[in-house]
Formats: sequence, C-alpha cells, structure tokens
Amino acid sequence: MTAVQSTPGPAQAIDAPRSPYRRSKPTRTNFELYAWLFMRMSGVLLVVLVLGHLFVNLVLGDGIHQVDFAFVAGKWASPFWKVWDLSMLWLAMLHGTNGVRTIINDYAERNGTRFWLKMALYVAFTLTVVLGTLVIFTFDPCPVGADIDASALPSFCPAR
Amino acid sequence: MARETDATPESTAGAIPSFDVTVRIRRYDPEQDEAPHWEDYKVSVHGTDRLLDALHMIKWEQDGSLTFRRSCAHGVCGSDAMRINGRNRLACKALLKDLDPSKPITVEPIKGLPVEKDLVVDMEPFFQSYREVMPFLITSGHEPTKERLQSAHDRERFDDTTKCILCAACTSSCPVFWTDGQYFGPAAIVNAHRFIFDSRDEGADLRLEVLNDREGVWRCRTTFNCSEACPRGIQVTKAIAEVKQALLTRKV
Repeated sequence: MTAVQSTPGPAQAIDAPRSPYRRSKPTRTNFELYAWLFMRMSGVLLVVLVLGHLFVNLVLGDGIHQVDFAFVAGKWASPFWKVWDLSMLWLAMLHGTNGVRTIINDYAERNGTRFWLKMALYVAFTLTVVLGTLVIFTFDPCPVGADIDASALPSFCPAR
Repeated sequence: MARETDATPESTAGAIPSFDVTVRIRRYDPEQDEAPHWEDYKVSVHGTDRLLDALHMIKWEQDGSLTFRRSCAHGVCGSDAMRINGRNRLACKALLKDLDPSKPITVEPIKGLPVEKDLVVDMEPFFQSYREVMPFLITSGHEPTKERLQSAHDRERFDDTTKCILCAACTSSCPVFWTDGQYFGPAAIVNAHRFIFDSRDEGADLRLEVLNDREGVWRCRTTFNCSEACPRGIQVTKAIAEVKQALLTRKV
C-alpha cells in the first residue's frame, strides 16, 4: 500500500467487457450426427455378432477345448464366418475408435494433446484393421509351393 | 387467538428450532490470493433459514468481503446458483436443515466457468452459448395486427423448457462442459428447444444447424447431471434427446 494515490491506468491484462468468448470454428457437416447414429447401430449389431461368436466358439461342441489352429482354419474355410469375423473386426474397431475419440475430445485440455492422442489412435486403428483384414482374406492353412516344408503343415492338409 | 397473545415473545421465537452450522466456503480474492482456499464460518441459524440467509449473516456480521450474487432471493432470478455440498443448487432454495447441518456445509462457485471472486464466476461464456442458439422468435411474412395465437396443445409441447431461469446450474454441472467449455451446454439447448418446438416460430432449422455441429447436442453423454441440478425441475436430458430426435428425423 502506497500513501500516494495514483490515477489507475487501464488494466492491460484484462479483456474488454463483453469480449467474444472464443469458440472453435463451426464445421457445417453432419459428421457428429452420423458418428452418434453409428455408435447406436453398431452397438446393436455387435451384441449379436460378439455373443454369436462367443457361443459358437465356447459353448457349442467341446467348448473352449475345441479351439485350436484347425478349428480356426475350419471356420475360415466358410465364407459365412469370414464375413462374420470381418464385420465384427470393422464394427468393433470403428465403434471403439469413435468411443475413444469422444473421450479424447472430452478430456484432453490442450489442442496439441488432443491432436497427438487422436493421431496415435488413428494409427493404431489403421494398423489393426489392415492387419486383421489381410489375415482374414489371405488366410490359407495349407499353402502350396516348392519351398514349403510339408512336415510343418497341419495334419489335415492333403500335402502332408 | 387469546392463547397466542398470552405467550411471551421468547417462547414464540423458540418455537422455531435454532442450531449452529459451519459453512465452509471456497474463498478467492484475485488481488490477494494465489489460489482459492477453504474458509470456515460458524453461524447460528433457525430451522427456516436457507443457505442464502447463512451467507447473508456471514457477509453482514462476520466478513464483509465475502462476495456472491443474489437478486430476488426466491428462486426466480437465477443469480445464486452455487455448488452446495458438491451439488449445483440455488442458495435461496436450499434449506439448511435439509443439508445435514451436523457436518460443515461446503459452498463453492459453480464449476467450468472462470472464477472472478469468491462465489462469483464469469457468466459470459454461458451467455454467449445462449445467444448463439438465437433465443428469440423468428418469423417471416407480415406482422399480424393482433397476437399470434397458439393452441393449448401446441403450447404444451415446449412448456417444460419455458421454465428456464438461466442460473447455469445445469451447464456447470455437465462433465463435458467442464473440460474445455466449448460445448454449448444444457441451458443453451433447453432454450433452443423452447423455440424449436414453438409452433409460432420459423427458425427451427437455423437453431438445429447450430446444435448439429461439433459442439452441439452430439457431445451430450446423457449423464443426467443437468436434470438433477435444475432448480426448476426441467427434464433437461429429455429436452436434449428431443433435439437429437428432431435432428435425426428432420422433423419438429
């Protein structure tokens, strides 16, 4: 406290009253609407797909003891299970990625953090989906070729 | 009547139970404090007193520097929304006897808005969201020479959301609003709802477009904090869901 009274100058650090509160730019797209709708629809589909998957793998037949390389190979010999597993992979990955995207949007406080977290998320999404799709489409339990060691093949292959 | 006049004034006043209560207030003076801190105040109150009365007693009798907003003091103006025992309420509608007076009652400013002093926050971000949803009647064509008539049924459609007093209890209880403050917030959506579903209004598409964007209704996580916080009992989450529905079907 100083004894001399000075004329208060304008406070530079304080914004002028009624200064506009900065909001991020509007996008004018329906992206968030479709994302919201997708979460509901894929959620319903995933309940059917995942429960069906668990039932076929773990309950029918010998249950958990039947699951081995031959079991998976047998399932993927049928196009039905290929489509089933492919849609499960894509829907689960999109559903989960969109969920984590919303969580990042909600909880990341700085724009930089938000951007890099989302980049890491999208890279992880791309790697998983590409690898999974590749495996489902190119899976061949009995590869044929000159350089294949027949003794290393599973027992049900004709080449063995 | 005769029996009542016989009673001494002391015993009449004693009819209302009185008790001591500790009010723990989150104090912050930007000119002196580095950070907000808690301070306890002990007041002797009656069973009919509200938290606002206790705050008045503290300000008038103990510490005049305590700062808070209040205007009508009867739950109509919406000035004194604050975080009481961790829940957003109006200080003028919270009876102390209902707040468990055996323990200290915590009073904080509402969350998610910049604190200016003690319990006073900067409401500007909140009101900007409100202005952005265009909370006024939009019409086209000629101005009618008499009032715009509406059936009781049409009025009923948006009756719930006309009750909003803009106290910000809902918006500042929303976890999505707490994080970056970009979300429009329940209060703005409630006030958009009030005009979107008004049969006399023609600006529904404009408002729906605003609420369809990144910071609009799709950020709502239906945690129901807003419905629980609303001192007017507005079904806020339901109103937000109705706006979502209108966006999905493009039908009002």
